[in-house]
Amino acid sequence: MSLIEVRNLTKRFPIRGGVLNRVINHVHAVSDISFEIASGETLGVVGESGCGKSTLGKTMIRLLEPTAGLVAYEGEQITGLNHSEMMPYRRKMQIIFQDPYSSLNPRLTVSATLKEAIKLHRVLGDGDSMDDYIDTLMRQVGLRPDDKRKFPHEFSGGQRQRIGIARALCVRPTFIVADEPVSALDVSIQAQVLNLMKDLKDELGLTMMFISHDLKVVEHFCDRVLVMYLGHVVEELPTDNLDRDAEHPYTKALLGANPIDDPDDRRPLTVLQGDVPSPINPPAGCAFAGRCELATDRCKVERPVLERKESGRMVACHEVA
Amino acid sequence: MSDTTHSDNQAPIEPLLKVRHLSTRFKTDRGVLTAIDDVSFDLAPGETLGIVGESGCGKTVTSKSVMRLLPDHLTIYGDDSEIMYKDLNLVRASAGEMRKIRGDKIAMIFQEPMTALNPVFTIGWQLDETLKYHTDLNKRQRRERVIEMLRLVEIPNPEQRVKEYPHQLSGGMRQRVMIAIALSCEPDILIADEPTTALDVTIQAQILDLMNGLKRKFNTSIMLITHDLGVVATVCDRVMVMYAGRVIESGSVGEIFHNPQHPYTKALLESIPKHGRKRADGRLPTIPGIVPSLWELPEGCRFEARCKYSDSDRCIHQEPELRPGLSDRPVRCHYALGSPDERPVNLTASAAEGAAG
Repeated sequence: MSLIEVRNLTKRFPIRGGVLNRVINHVHAVSDISFEIASGETLGVVGESGCGKSTLGKTMIRLLEPTAGLVAYEGEQITGLNHSEMMPYRRKMQIIFQDPYSSLNPRLTVSATLKEAIKLHRVLGDGDSMDDYIDTLMRQVGLRPDDKRKFPHEFSGGQRQRIGIARALCVRPTFIVADEPVSALDVSIQAQVLNLMKDLKDELGLTMMFISHDLKVVEHFCDRVLVMYLGHVVEELPTDNLDRDAEHPYTKALLGANPIDDPDDRRPLTVLQGDVPSPINPPAGCAFAGRCELATDRCKVERPVLERKESGRMVACHEVA
Repeated sequence: MSDTTHSDNQAPIEPLLKVRHLSTRFKTDRGVLTAIDDVSFDLAPGETLGIVGESGCGKTVTSKSVMRLLPDHLTIYGDDSEIMYKDLNLVRASAGEMRKIRGDKIAMIFQEPMTALNPVFTIGWQLDETLKYHTDLNKRQRRERVIEMLRLVEIPNPEQRVKEYPHQLSGGMRQRVMIAIALSCEPDILIADEPTTALDVTIQAQILDLMNGLKRKFNTSIMLITHDLGVVATVCDRVMVMYAGRVIESGSVGEIFHNPQHPYTKALLESIPKHGRKRADGRLPTIPGIVPSLWELPEGCRFEARCKYSDSDRCIHQEPELRPGLSDRPVRCHYALGSPDERPVNLTASAAEGAAG
C-alpha cells in the first residue's frame, strides 16, 4: 500500500492590491496534482524555478494549507485535521530545507534545537537519556557528539546540512521531504551529503520525496520522478533510463539542456526559446505550448491531462500517443 | 560547439593575456590573508579557458585581479606578479589605464545580473554608458548600436526593451543584457564569473549557446569561472583546476576529463552524478573532509588531509611544486595519477634532475 496519497492537490496564493487591499488575482503555484508514494520509495520532483515543486512539498505536509485536494498518510486523510489531530502526523512527516543556515535558529545551539523538537513530540520514554540520544543522532549524521554545544555559524555548509538532517530525524519520522538539500553545497560536499542521506534512508527505512532542479542528482538518488512545469505534473517516469523513457517534450528538452560531462560529446544543447509563462495568468491550454516544437492549435486551447499512454507511462501531452 | 581548433599542439600563437606568479593578498583585521598564491596561465586569442574549483579556491579572486576590481587599499599583489595584456602589466597599471581597458578590452559578466545591473537606470542607458565612455559614436549611432547589441543577444523587441528597467526582465534576459553590455565594445577578453549558476538549465543552455555563437562571431577569448564541470565540458578548450588558492593542474579539456593527473581533479570528476550511468549501489565516490581554511594552511600539500594516495611524510611536510606530470602538463603533486595501472607514480623521482628548485 502506498504510504502517501495525494489527490487533486491545488495551492493558490492570493495577490492583494488596490485601495481596499482586496484579492485581485492568484498565483497558481500547484494545480490539480495527484500521485502516490510507496513505502520505502524515493520520489523525485524536478522542474525549473517557479514551477511549484517546493510549494508542492510544503503543502503535502501541511506547512502550507492546500486550497483544494486531499493528502492521505497510510490511508488516513490529513487535510482538514485540526492542530492537535495533526500533531502525530507532523512527527511522522519531516522536511529538510535547501539552506540549512536560514532554517536553523542562529541563537540556539545544535543541542537546544534538537531538544525542542524531541520534547515537543515526546520522542523519549521516561528512562531514556536526552544527552545519549542527541549524541547518537550526531554520530548518525557524521558529526562529533561535542559539536552539539556549538551554534550554527560555527559549522561549514555541509556540516550545517548534516544538522538540518539531524533535526528532521530527531523525532523519528517515516517520511521526509528533502527540498533541494544539496543545491547550496560544493560538488565534493554534495556527494558526501547524498551518501549520508542514502545510508540513513536504508538504515531507518525512510520514504522520501526529493525536490531538486538538478536532473542528474534526481536520477542518481530517486526511484521515480515527477516532472513539473508551471504548477502541473507533465510526466511521471522511472529514473533507470531517462533518455529512453522520456516522452513529454519538456522532459526531453530538460534532458537535452543538461550539459554533458564529456568534452568529446559536444552535441549541441537543446535550446528552448522563451521563458516560462507567468503563474498569475497561466495560459488556457498547455503551459508548455509556447516553447514546444510539437505544439498544435489544440495545445493552445485545451490543457492536456496527465494520462496513461501506450507506453504505460503517465504523460500530459496531446502529441504523445 | 565544434571549435576545438587549438587543442593539442601548442602552436606558437602569442597569448593575449599572460599571467605570471600572480599572488593576491588581502589586509584584514586578522592580518594578511593570501587568497591566491603563485598563479600563472596564458589565454590565447579565441580560446575559452575554464577555471574550476570549489568555493574559496580563489577562482573569483583570480578573475577580479585581472580586472583589478579588488579594493586597491586592501589588496597586496606579489612583487613578481605580472598580468601582461599586450605590453601593459595590469598589476601595476594606473587607475586611468585600467579604466581604458575595463569594458573596452577586457569585459566581465557576473553570476547575479540583478546585483550587477543598476536598478534605477533603464537597460538602454546602461548599455549606452559603456559606448559613451569608450567610443566616439554620436548619440544616434549609439542608440542604433544599443538596439543592435540587444538584437544580437536575442532579446525580443529591443526597441521597447531599451526603455525597461532591470526588474522588468527575467533572470535569463538580465544575463543577456549583461552580455550585451560586456560585448558592446567588442572586447578581446570576456571574463565570465559563474555566468549561468543562478539560472535554470533551459536558460543556461540558451546563454551557453549564445556565448559560443558570439565567441565565433567576435573571436573573443573567454575566461569562464565555474564549479559546474558539465558546463566546462560543453564550452571550454582548456581547463585550470584550483584548490585552496593554488593551481593544481591544467590541460586541455580532454586531458583533464579523460586523464586527470591530480588526485583532487580525479576525485572531483568522480563525485558528480553521471547522467545515464546510474550506480547500482546508489552511492557516489566522495572526497572526505573539507577544504582547509586559508588561515590554517597545512605545511605540505594543501590536499593532503583529503587525499587517498597520501602515504608519505613528504606529502605532509613538503608542498609539491607545479611541474610537468606524465603527459607534460603541469600538475601539483608529488605523485601523479594516470599511469596504466591507476597507481600513483612518483613524479619527482623520474623528473628529479629536471626539476631543480
